[in-house]
Amino acid sequence: MQKNVRDLLESTEFKGLVTKRATVSIVLLVFLFVSYYGFILLIGFDKSFLAQKLSETGVTTLGIPLAVAVILMAWLLTVIYVVWANMVYDPEVRRLRALLLGK
Amino acid sequence: MPPVTEQAAGAVQTSLGHPTLPSIAFFLVIVAITLVITYWAAKRTKTTKEFYAAGRSVSAFQNGLALAGDYMSAASFLGIAGMVALKGYDGMIYAVGWLVGWPALMFLVAEPLRNLGKFTFADVVAFRLKQTPVRIAAAIGGILTVLFYTIAQMVGSGSLIKLMFGLPYEVAEVLVGVIMLAYVLFGGMLATTWVQIIKAVLLLCGVSVMMIIVLAKFNFSPGELYSAVVTQYGQGALEPGGLITSPIDAISLGLALMFGLLGLPHILQRFFTVPDAKAARTSVLYATGFIGYFYIIIPIVGFGAAALVGRQVITSIDKGGNMAAPLLAEFLGGTPFLGFIAAVAFATILAVVAGLTLAAASSFSHDIYVHVIKNGNCTEQEEVRASKIATLLFGIVAVCLGILFKGQNVAFMVGLAFAIACSANFPALILSIFWKRFTTAGAVCSILTGAFLAVGLIIISPTVWVDVFKNPKGSELFALKNPAIVSMTASFIVGWIVSLVTKDEVAQQKFEDEKIRTYLGVGAE
Repeated sequence: MQKNVRDLLESTEFKGLVTKRATVSIVLLVFLFVSYYGFILLIGFDKSFLAQKLSETGVTTLGIPLAVAVILMAWLLTVIYVVWANMVYDPEVRRLRALLLGK
Repeated sequence: MPPVTEQAAGAVQTSLGHPTLPSIAFFLVIVAITLVITYWAAKRTKTTKEFYAAGRSVSAFQNGLALAGDYMSAASFLGIAGMVALKGYDGMIYAVGWLVGWPALMFLVAEPLRNLGKFTFADVVAFRLKQTPVRIAAAIGGILTVLFYTIAQMVGSGSLIKLMFGLPYEVAEVLVGVIMLAYVLFGGMLATTWVQIIKAVLLLCGVSVMMIIVLAKFNFSPGELYSAVVTQYGQGALEPGGLITSPIDAISLGLALMFGLLGLPHILQRFFTVPDAKAARTSVLYATGFIGYFYIIIPIVGFGAAALVGRQVITSIDKGGNMAAPLLAEFLGGTPFLGFIAAVAFATILAVVAGLTLAAASSFSHDIYVHVIKNGNCTEQEEVRASKIATLLFGIVAVCLGILFKGQNVAFMVGLAFAIACSANFPALILSIFWKRFTTAGAVCSILTGAFLAVGLIIISPTVWVDVFKNPKGSELFALKNPAIVSMTASFIVGWIVSLVTKDEVAQQKFEDEKIRTYLGVGAE
């Protein structure tokens, strides 16, 4: 069993799994950072950009849909992660677990 | 919160501030249902696994709702609606910040946390390090976070209940303390979970109904609602105002909100209630959906209150604007709807304080009593008894602190709780899970650096130095309103440097085995 664990840890499959998870997490985190801190910095540096009106006749400013978009984007990123984890990560975890536990 | 003057309240036709039949009826129904659930849960709460973690029997969907119930406080419901009503778009900017931590929680810690931990986040930090020092440090960070968060909740709840039901502040504190203790003491995590689920459903339904009626008044066109707001208060209501003046300040607060979530003990503890890592991950998806929806519709309620009730009326009841949502409810549905919303706000307070109390009690009993004082040698019964004593003590302390801080400006304490969470708890958690070289000394130094810097810097920042201590503007010694960007960075750097200059071979060896558990869930509780 102990040797099995070592072998598994050293296997390219397990290392690949760890790398894959880290890559997906970091990429999604970068998207989250860009959307949220981008939004904050936009307000910090250029308030007039968010204050511009969406149409000639209406009063709604660009900032309103943008704030909603940041929230939707955050939720969408969690959807992407879950779909990826269910389709790619979980089957590999099941396979590696079976290799290790002999089931 | 300023006291309501008789004259101001008299000038506005409202039953707010008086106990009405509907508000008492709704309140009693909610309390009765939750106490029945507590009775049911009490029969299923005998072991530590049941008391701290609801026997790991909570489904992903249930946990998603409970996480939302644990997180959406009365302060965010009433406060953000009020902020949008009075300040317009700035309230929306603020609302966005409260959501963005959830995806980060999912990507970084939800699954490893579930795989590595047992009952508290300190289990995870201390997994391969020396138990005693790391548990003590993690408990300090965890309990400080929960303590400041609780004080803010208790003081807020006393004032809010006084405004809504007209109950004296002290009575409100004791009432919250007694009902909340009944849940936690007898029903443990199972009762707490269901209280949070019920509260989340009620809150989401209540706010949804308000949003729909508001939009119905404007032909279901948000544009018409915004036009009505602009007609009364000018275009400025839809533009960014004074909330973000310095980008670095905004980023620092943003970091605290985002990564503070990853260090909130009462939120992290919820991940031990689900059966496996997959359920932990899925529950964050649900939670993010519910909370995101909540923060998207809350501004409509706020703008609706500004357009239909009016800023003047809102501020005449409470200067901070906290009564915008209840006043709007009364305008839309009369005394019965106001009664319902007030009862929901009360349930919201109970659910959040119950979660906090359980987290604090777990830290005392599981981390300090069992692992430090008893060295891990403790029977099941002893630990359950210790946890109940800790619950009772923390509940009493919470009520006393609530009364002690009556009338004080405690708004900064939520920011402080998030600053400590992201500076003390989060770096140690993440380094312990992902960095092989992390050592016991590194963990202890990182946690203590984060905790003391967060507390120290906020005291000399404008938030406390000027706003609370009333020192003249500009005399503050530290310029940022929230210290997260400095204290969190320092905590990471200290953890890194101390780990590099110390050796912890056991921890390094265990890291390899830990990986099997982190990624594959082999050996997870």
